[in-house]
Amino acid sequence: MTSFLFGAAGFVLTMVALGLVVILRRPAEVDHMMAAQLLGTGGVAILLLLAAATEIPSIVDVALLLALFAAFAAVAFVRSASDQESEVLKATSDG
Amino acid sequence: MTILSAFDIGLVVLILGIGASTIAAREAFTAVIGFVVYGLLLSIAWVRLSAVDVALTEAAIGGGMTGMLILGAVARLRLAKGTDTRASLPVRFAAGGLCALVAAGLAIAILSPPEAIPTLAPMVMENLAQSGLGNPVAGVLFVYRALDTLLEKVVLILALLGVWSLAPDSVWGGIPGLRVYAQPSSTLTFLAQLLPPVGIVVAIYMCWVGAKEPGGAFQGGTVLAAMWLLVMIAGLKNVPSISQPWLRLLLVVGPVIFLAIGLAGMVLANAFLDYPSGYAKPLIIAVEVALTLSIGVALGLLAAGPPERVQQQ
Amino acid sequence: MNLAFDIFTVSVVSAGAFFFLAGTVGLLRFPDSLTRLHALTKVDNLGLGLVVVGLLPQANGLFGALKLVSIWLLVQLSGAIVTQLIAGAVRQRGSDG
Repeated sequence: MTSFLFGAAGFVLTMVALGLVVILRRPAEVDHMMAAQLLGTGGVAILLLLAAATEIPSIVDVALLLALFAAFAAVAFVRSASDQESEVLKATSDG
Repeated sequence: MTILSAFDIGLVVLILGIGASTIAAREAFTAVIGFVVYGLLLSIAWVRLSAVDVALTEAAIGGGMTGMLILGAVARLRLAKGTDTRASLPVRFAAGGLCALVAAGLAIAILSPPEAIPTLAPMVMENLAQSGLGNPVAGVLFVYRALDTLLEKVVLILALLGVWSLAPDSVWGGIPGLRVYAQPSSTLTFLAQLLPPVGIVVAIYMCWVGAKEPGGAFQGGTVLAAMWLLVMIAGLKNVPSISQPWLRLLLVVGPVIFLAIGLAGMVLANAFLDYPSGYAKPLIIAVEVALTLSIGVALGLLAAGPPERVQQQ
Repeated sequence: MNLAFDIFTVSVVSAGAFFFLAGTVGLLRFPDSLTRLHALTKVDNLGLGLVVVGLLPQANGLFGALKLVSIWLLVQLSGAIVTQLIAGAVRQRGSDG
């Protein structure tokens, strides 16, 4: 059972890694913002699998914080992007 | 090669790759995203190293708060210098050289450890029961190295004073220039109404569970700070001016209570920061609760930045 | 009984892992940002949900199981809202690449 759970965690990690490579290699900034989202789901799945495999229940708390802060980071990214956008708009309407 | 070591090697390769792409990124914004991803992945690495306390802190600080701080710095750079923010060649060489030096020093320290690594861990585990705590990390932070922990919280306030002192005299005591979401957005409002209650419960849980299991004041405080920032970014609450008395009070309440209990220890117990026997756990929990509030306010204000506007009458 | 639980865990977690694979394939193959966002969030959330369901028999006690389910609910809710925010950003600046 333990090695199956570790194997599943490794599989999800591979998928997350592939996804990150794809996301971070794209030119568009909006694609990069999805990275936090990807870790919000994939990272939580990896941690929950690790918690079950190692039988350390406090790892579930790490998954909880990861979920919370992935959402927070995504909001910070979107805010920053909208900030840039409004500056560009201001610059074009001024000029 | 077992599945476990394959997992660990894969994780390390991924973290190194993300680190390299963060350094190689041309855009500051992309680099910050890489840095946040790096922080979130590092928390998985800390879990694999059986350091769950550190993993919690890394997810909170490395994943959330540091990203927020650096995004603020990026926005400031853009405002200050336009798009031309590249350092000159000698500066970049000097920075690269110094970074290489630090990395080499760390590598030497890690690759050539002494024969028997000196450790106090067995002694901590032996005497932990006396404090009534179940988490050895909390034991070290609040019993054996309480002075370090106290000074750490004071340093946080000094850092905040450093940020505040960047403000020009005319707006001292004014409102921090936290950039709120540019367009009013009902989606963000919904998130800012939904997430904070959950976050507050998580923060209380983190603070409470810290005595027994991994967790504690720092993790709880960071969650509080993030939730506060979320509400302010969504525009549901205004950023308070830094001269508000309640704000200053919350900022110092943790270190003050810690210091007061420490001083009382000189009379009631044997030494400064010693706890009277039998009362260690309730006193430590009282300190943790106060520290959670102070850390939350301090980190939130650090991310909000120096004051930029005077308070409207 | 234990064997039945283990078989349940293995099959449901495997199904969850399959959806993570599907999400990544979508991320690789879909033509624009909005459809990629769709692949990333919907499919990965389903994958996480199946992983959580699969891990329920292994959880320690009722409270452990409740905690797993509430983490999944938290990811669902915050993920769905954050996706809307990112999609808003995509629409604002147009999807390229």
